[in-house]
Amino acid sequence: MIAGVSIYEILIVSTIVFFIGVYGFLTRKNLISVLLSVELILNATAINFVIFNKYLFPGHVQGLFFTLFLIAVAAAEVAIAIAIIIDLYRITKSVNVDETAEMKH
Amino acid sequence: MERIIFYIFAAAIILFSLFSVTSTRILRAAIYLFLVLVSIAGLYFMLGYHFLGAVQLTVYAGGIVVLIIFSILLTEQIDSRMPAPKLGTMILSGAVAVIGATVSIFAITGHNFETTPETVNAGTVEKVGERLLSYGEGGYVLPFEVISVLLLAAMIGAIVIAKRPKSDEQTSE
Repeated sequence: MIAGVSIYEILIVSTIVFFIGVYGFLTRKNLISVLLSVELILNATAINFVIFNKYLFPGHVQGLFFTLFLIAVAAAEVAIAIAIIIDLYRITKSVNVDETAEMKH
Repeated sequence: MERIIFYIFAAAIILFSLFSVTSTRILRAAIYLFLVLVSIAGLYFMLGYHFLGAVQLTVYAGGIVVLIIFSILLTEQIDSRMPAPKLGTMILSGAVAVIGATVSIFAITGHNFETTPETVNAGTVEKVGERLLSYGEGGYVLPFEVISVLLLAAMIGAIVIAKRPKSDEQTSE
């Protein structure tokens, strides 16, 4: 636990990052920048897991392990997402959300 | 002292994530995301979870951001600018984000968390390594193996999806 910092301050930081990610997810039109916003949301939840683990149950490591596996799943997710985006770019010559409404080809 | 460092990290996380979703140049947005991830890794180091901080730096800041930058370079011109979102969309999503954040922060500050003072750091690299490969009570060897299969499947899937189909190759060249 960080000396002099309460759990509330860190939770507020992670909440703000989460909703900045939501804002980006709703406003962005470019598929890759939507992916960036999803990464922000994922990281905010990862911070929450670690903080609850550290402040409420410091003798356990479940939150830490959940975050470790979350990072691995995020890596797999990004690899697949980028493969799909590149494939989509090859078909439509664009990574814009509006122009990729058709997935069937 | 630790308080000041925490506030610097918190300010960096919030500021750079804001830049990351508002920058019109996508390459800069990716670099801002990189800075956010590095600051979060700093937070993990401050909490005493050194292994988690190292994983965050190597997998996220090292691997995922490089992957994203490569995909940006493959699909876009470096100096191209994204058009700014419509004003209506910006106001609506901004309102959603602000209302959601306010409700959540009220819920958090209204709840009384019973924090337990820490006696020993249970998340040292040594203990995490032992737990990760132990079969016994509280061991994580099964999820560890399952995640390796998942990564292999994701790798093969990414190759299959991104590979150009054969008939396409002949017509274009």
